Amino acid sequence: MSTTRPRRRVLRAVLGAALAAGALTACSSGSGGPPSLTWYINPDSGGQAEIAKRCTDAAQGRYTIRTALLPRESSEQRQQLIRRLAANDSSIDIMSLDPPYIPEFAEAGFLAPIPQDVAGRVSEGVVDSALKGATWRDELVTVPFWANTQLLWYRKSVAEAAGLDMTKPVTWDQLVRAAESQGKQLGVQGIRAEALTVWVNALVASAGGSIIENSDARKPEDIELGLVSQAGVAAAQVMKEVADSGVGGPALSTAGEDANVNAFEGPDAGFMVNWPFVWPRAQSGVEGGTLDAAVPQDYGWALYPRVTADQESHPPYGGINLGVGAFSAHTDLALAATECIVSPENQAYYFVSNGNPAAKESVYTDPEVVKEFPMAPVILESLRLAVPRPQTPYYSEVSEGLQREYHPPSSVDPQRTGREATDLITAVLQKKELL
Amino acid sequence: MSTTTLPPGEKTRPAPARGRRAGISDRSRAERKLGWMLAGPAFAVMLLVTAYPILQAVYDSLFDFRLTDPENKSFTGLSNYSVILTDRIWWTSLAVTLLITVVTVAVELVLGFALALVMMKALSAIRPVIRAAILIPYAVITVVSAFAWQYAFSLDSGFVNSWLGWLPGISADTDWFGGTWKSLFVVCIAEIWKTTPFISLLLLAGLAQVPEVLQEAAKVDGATWWQRMRRVTIPNMKAAIMVALLFRSLDAFRVFDSIFIMTGGANNTETVSFLAYRQTIARLEIGLGSAVSVLLFVCVVLICALFIKGFKVDLASARGEG
Repeated sequence: MSTTRPRRRVLRAVLGAALAAGALTACSSGSGGPPSLTWYINPDSGGQAEIAKRCTDAAQGRYTIRTALLPRESSEQRQQLIRRLAANDSSIDIMSLDPPYIPEFAEAGFLAPIPQDVAGRVSEGVVDSALKGATWRDELVTVPFWANTQLLWYRKSVAEAAGLDMTKPVTWDQLVRAAESQGKQLGVQGIRAEALTVWVNALVASAGGSIIENSDARKPEDIELGLVSQAGVAAAQVMKEVADSGVGGPALSTAGEDANVNAFEGPDAGFMVNWPFVWPRAQSGVEGGTLDAAVPQDYGWALYPRVTADQESHPPYGGINLGVGAFSAHTDLALAATECIVSPENQAYYFVSNGNPAAKESVYTDPEVVKEFPMAPVILESLRLAVPRPQTPYYSEVSEGLQREYHPPSSVDPQRTGREATDLITAVLQKKELL
Repeated sequence: MSTTTLPPGEKTRPAPARGRRAGISDRSRAERKLGWMLAGPAFAVMLLVTAYPILQAVYDSLFDFRLTDPENKSFTGLSNYSVILTDRIWWTSLAVTLLITVVTVAVELVLGFALALVMMKALSAIRPVIRAAILIPYAVITVVSAFAWQYAFSLDSGFVNSWLGWLPGISADTDWFGGTWKSLFVVCIAEIWKTTPFISLLLLAGLAQVPEVLQEAAKVDGATWWQRMRRVTIPNMKAAIMVALLFRSLDAFRVFDSIFIMTGGANNTETVSFLAYRQTIARLEIGLGSAVSVLLFVCVVLICALFIKGFKVDLASARGEG
């Protein structure tokens, strides 16, 4: 008797402490003060955290926004969010979503519906590609935040020496020949990663095709691919040409966006397709003394290269849209918060401070934006032409399948690769093959 | 062909012979009971944290089940297994995994043995320093070591190409992660660097068990260093060697971090555990991924069985009881 009592007391104390700790952590986001919304953000240069602060202030006590950082890679961001949402995580109020994964989230019921009035307000004045990227089955399921696109970056000196007139649209063919003649590189993303899918998709779209021809297919096994079409063959031809001519550089098969920028700041740089972060990066390189000021002065920019001379190019579309978690306890407040986050002022701030282009067209005439980003008009023009990557709930299967067949770019065979990729992706979607 | 080991009775304690089980004494029965009481809680925890997930995986592997589409979960029997076993990817990843296992374990055994000898014979003044130095790689987190090796070999930040540019086949433009063999070479180096200390530590324990009297007797008989090594040292630590091999093989077979960081499975460098990760976590195909995991588990069991039955490893003897 006397020996058990102290033991029980210890047990009770431990249990009590554990319960108290649990209660404390549960309360920290709730009772007392305004509801705290958690915004899962992708890593950036601090812009989203600052916007969260601004919107918390603007809410005047209706809510506060706290940010939670997701992993660096967008595929890993998707994995973490899906794992949490599949377990009905109510802590996810707002999330920064990479557009290709939006159909998957929407189809699984992970996104809270956006009421008509909110949808009307947040899509006003938004560039077309960003609106498409935020939509699934003709319904706005996310709020367009910022919209990205790739430009053709070039060294003015190299283009001039090669006799290329960059005021007119150029084709991939011209670029390869120009780079070859000058012994310079044409930077593309040949790495086995999402960046490769971005390239393939832009090439197929620019050639007038699309990777998925019926994105409204209800069942995965009904999806039809457009890789064996003429456009698919033309796209593969460009990849083969870049790889075979050697202008992609020695690291073509492992080159991602960052490696491309590194190379573009070096002596072998000629041309490169890449996102606009190239510009702020060069500026901060000059400020930090790691880059000669003459280098960015030699930078030129133009619309994404064409596949055929007479057909407009369709550059890649990227960026981030905001989803509201379906299991959030405060979806109404979260929706109000997203409206604040995507206000033109915040988009302009984000553009100037973090280099992420806005989804709203009006931002592109903001004097501060134009001062920091002289290429802003080209970005807007590019966004108007841009097309999203294949929209399907099975995007990661499609993208991985493409990466497997189109990597390394030197192995691409215009007659064969499209067929093989189609066979593989179809078999995977029918669950007859692994990926 | 005589090798010199002490007769069983003269080592520490007699090995429990098979015939003796019938006449079990009261004392050993009490010992056995105490053993169960001591090991019982750990055993229960093991059941909870390993047996339960294994059974859950076996169950899930019989379904077509996607995490984002739980309503359409359907029973498909063994079809996941037939999809996997008829797929080239499974067999390539199995081959890659076996290759990494065999190469790294073989190299590590030789290197680890050499390091164990160094640790054993080092002057007592510097012995702690040497031991610590040898063990440092094992203390490094695998992901960190994978990043370190990747940075060393990568084209943009690496120094390997400029240091070893004088070797045939290596130039400033050598893209180490651009091909299957070169990538696997770097992966194997990283694994060997990281886990050789583990093997050498186990072998050091084995070396310490070799009775000094035998060495001296052999020396008196005029045996050379090599003869003593082959006839005295190695036979006496066979159990330790086999246990080191078994543990390290099982470990090597699960290689994941290095592949994940360095190649992401590109250029046919995918291993079995990476395949399981991709099906389950990246594709969210819980059914298919569980089936891959179950097959991985079966492989591990087979490796265990091969060592224990095939090479007659007595796990108890490694504890110094045999």
